[in-house]
Amino acid sequence: MIFENLAEKLQNTFSGLKNRGKLSEKDVELALKEVRLALLEADVNYKVVKTFTERVRTRAVGEEVLKSLTPAQQVIKIVYDELTALMGGAVSGLNLSHSPSNIMMVGLQGAGKTTTAGKLARNLKENGRRPLLVACDIYRPAAIKQLQVVGSQVGVEVFSVADQKPVSIAKAALKYANQNGYDVIIIDTAGRLHIDEDLMQELVDIKSALNPQEILFIADAMTGQDAVNVADSFNQRLDISGVILTKMDGDARGGAALSIREVVGKPIKYASFGEKLDSLEAFHPDRMTSRILGMGDLGTILEKAQKAIDEKDAQQMMDKLTTDDFNLEDFYNQMQQMKKMGPLNQLLEMVPGMNKQLKGQDLSGAEDEMKKIEAMINSMTNKERRQPDIIDASRKKRIAVGSGVKVQDVNKLLKQFSETKKMMRQFGGLATGKGKRKIRMPFFGK
Amino acid sequence: MGFFDRLFSGLTKTRDNLVKQIKSVLKGKKISEELFEELEEILIGADIGVKSTLEIVENVRERCKNEKIQDGEEVEKILKDELKKLLGENSALKPPETTPWVIMVVGVNGVGKTTTIGKLAAKFTKEGKKVMLAAGDTFRAAAAEQLGIWAERSKAQLIRHAEGSDPAAVAFDAVQAAKTRKSDVLIVDTAGRLHTKSNLMDELKKVRRVIDREMPGAPHDVLLVMDATTGQNGLSQAKVFKETTEVNGIVLTKLDGTSKGGIIVAIKKELDLPVKYIGVGEGIDDLQEFNPDEFIEALFGN
Ligand SMILES: Nc1nc2c(ncn2[C@@H]2O[C@H](COP(=O)(O)OP(=O)(O)OP(=O)(O)O)[C@@H](O)[C@H]2O)c(=O)[nH]1
Ligand SMILES: [Mg+2]
Repeated sequence: MIFENLAEKLQNTFSGLKNRGKLSEKDVELALKEVRLALLEADVNYKVVKTFTERVRTRAVGEEVLKSLTPAQQVIKIVYDELTALMGGAVSGLNLSHSPSNIMMVGLQGAGKTTTAGKLARNLKENGRRPLLVACDIYRPAAIKQLQVVGSQVGVEVFSVADQKPVSIAKAALKYANQNGYDVIIIDTAGRLHIDEDLMQELVDIKSALNPQEILFIADAMTGQDAVNVADSFNQRLDISGVILTKMDGDARGGAALSIREVVGKPIKYASFGEKLDSLEAFHPDRMTSRILGMGDLGTILEKAQKAIDEKDAQQMMDKLTTDDFNLEDFYNQMQQMKKMGPLNQLLEMVPGMNKQLKGQDLSGAEDEMKKIEAMINSMTNKERRQPDIIDASRKKRIAVGSGVKVQDVNKLLKQFSETKKMMRQFGGLATGKGKRKIRMPFFGK
Repeated sequence: MGFFDRLFSGLTKTRDNLVKQIKSVLKGKKISEELFEELEEILIGADIGVKSTLEIVENVRERCKNEKIQDGEEVEKILKDELKKLLGENSALKPPETTPWVIMVVGVNGVGKTTTIGKLAAKFTKEGKKVMLAAGDTFRAAAAEQLGIWAERSKAQLIRHAEGSDPAAVAFDAVQAAKTRKSDVLIVDTAGRLHTKSNLMDELKKVRRVIDREMPGAPHDVLLVMDATTGQNGLSQAKVFKETTEVNGIVLTKLDGTSKGGIIVAIKKELDLPVKYIGVGEGIDDLQEFNPDEFIEALFGN
C-alpha cells in the first residue's frame, strides 16, 4: 500500500496541534487533504471524492471536539460516520414476495455474474426456497456449461434452451418455473459493455418480458474510476434494484462501492468473498468504510472473535439442551444470543425450512412475545430460573407483577418451556455436529 | 465490422473520452495552478493513480517553467511527451530460436485470459505457425470447454485433463506433446486467481517450474492479462505476479469500453513492465499489438 494507514497519518498531521475546542477550518482542511488521498488511492471516483469531502467539511468545521478525542480522531469519526451512512442505510434483502420472484444478474464481462448466480441460488435454497437458474449467456464460449456445472455443485436445476435468443429463453424459463413449482428464477445474462447499444437493449427486452423484482448489478471490487460511468449507464437503462460487489477477498480497497452508491443511490446488497460457492455474504457498510479508508478491517476482526465465542457458547448450549438440566437461565441466555444476531425476521430467513413455515406471519408479534418472555425471566430469582419446578402460585403472581404481564402469561411460559425441553430431549440424537445451529429457537416454528 | 473498423472503434472510444476532457480544459487557457489541478484530475480519472499523476504533472509543471510556456495547449504536448518517455519504446514479443515457443498466461479472475489466448492462437495460426493450447485452468467450471472452443476457432490443438486435476500435470503433458508434435507455439492457460492467495500463487510457481524443467528456458514469455477497468489494485497485481511468475509483459483487455487503462502507466513507471498487446473486443480479431505512441496519440487524439 502506498499510503500508510489513514488514522496514523492523520495522527501525524495533527501531532503539532494540541488545542481543544471546536474544529477550525484549518484543522479540517488539513485532515481532508489526507482523506482525499486515501479515497483516491482506494479508487473512489475523483468527482465523488470532491462532493464527499465538501460535505464533510461543511459538517465538521465548528464542530465541538469530544473530550476523549483528538482533533484527528474527531475528523476521522465524522468521515467514518458520513461514509457509513452513505453506504448503508437500512439493511436491504431481496424482494422475493412474488411467486416466482425473478432476479436478473447484469454487469460487465468478467465481473463474476455466473459464479454469483450460483452462490445466490445456494443461499436461497438453504433458506427453503426453490430456485431455478436460467442460462441466458448465449455468447461467451462454454458459458452455459459453466452455469450447468455451478448449478450441479449447488444442487439447483439450470434451465437452458439451445439456439434461442435470451428473451425467448427467459420467457420459456418463466413458464417452466410456473409449471414445476420453482419460486425464484435467477437469470444469468452475458457480460456486456454499457456502451453496447444492441446488448443493452437485449437486457431491457428481458426486463419487459419478465418484470423482475430484482435487477442486480454485479461489480468487481477492483474497478477503478470508470465504475461511475458503467453503473450509471446500467442503472439508466434498467433501473437496477441493487448491487453485489465481487472479488472482495482480494486486497482492493473497493472505492468503487462508494462511487456506485453515490452515483446510482441503490443499495449494495451482498459482497462476495471467494471462488467457493458459500462465500456470498451480507454487505457491511461499516467494514467497507474501514476498508476504503485503509483503517484496517477492524470490524471483521472483532466479528470473527465474537463468532468464535458464540460458537463455543452454542456448543455448550447444545450439550445442555439435550440433557435434563436445561433451565430457564439457559433459555434466557439463548435468547440473548439470538438477539445479537439481528432482527427476528432476518434471522429466520437464515434457518433452513423456517422461512416457508413463517411466510406471511406477522413477526413483530413474535418479537413482542420474546420481549415479554425476557421480562418474565428477568423477574425471577436465580433459583427459580434454575429450578422452574419450584414456581408456585404465589411466585407466579410476583413474577407477573414484576414483569407487567398476567399470571396466564407466566403459566404459558412455563408450559412452553417444559414442552420445549421434552422436544429437545427427543431432538438430542439429531442435534449433534453440524446441524446444531438449526435448532436454536425452540419457542418458534411450531 | 472488419478488423480495422473494429480496432479503430475500440480505440476511438478510449480516445474520445480523454480528448474531450483535455481539449475543454486546455483550449484557449493560460497556464495557471488551476489548469494543472485540472490536468491532475484527468489523469487520476484515467486510473493513472495519485502518486504517478502527481509526479508526472510535477515534471510537466517544471518543464513549463523552464521552457517558459504560457499557452495551455502547449502543455498537452509536454504532457504527451512525458507519458511517452515513461512508456518507452514498443517492444513486441519475439519468438525464441528453438521451438516450441512457450507462453504462459496469468492474471486475476475474469480479466480475459482465455479469450486473449484464443485471439493470440488465431494470430499465430494466421502467421503459419502450428499452435497448441494447454487447458491449465482445471478449477473453474467449464474452463477447459471454453478454451476448447477457442482452439477450434483458431485451429489450434488442445491438451486438457479432467476438471480438478493438477494444472502442473497439464503443463507437463502439454510441453511433452508440443515437443513430439513439433508445435511452434504452446500457450498455457491458467485459472484466474487473486494475487493475495499465496497457495494459489504457489501453484502457479509450480506450473512454471514444471515447464522450465521439461524445457529449460521455458516459458519464454509470461503474460499478465489485465482488465482496463482495473483501478489501483492493478499495481499490486502486477507486483505480485511479477515476483512469483516472472511476468515480462502485460495484455490490456477491454479497451473497447470507456475505461482508460491508465494503471498501466503506473505499472510501467513503478515496475518497468511493458504492455505487449491490447484487447478491443470479444471477437477473434480483437487483439492488437501495443504501440505506446499510438496508445498516447489515441488518448489525446490527433
Ligand atoms: N469487451 C471486451 N470483452 C472482453 C475482452 N477480452 C475478454 N472479454 C470478455 O471478458 C469475459 C471474461 O473473459 P475470459 O477470457 O473468460 O477471462 P478469464 O481471465 O479467462 O476468466 P477466468 O478464467 O474465469 O479467470 C468474457 O465475457 C470475454 O468475452 C475485450 O478485450 N473486450
Ligand atoms: Mg479463463
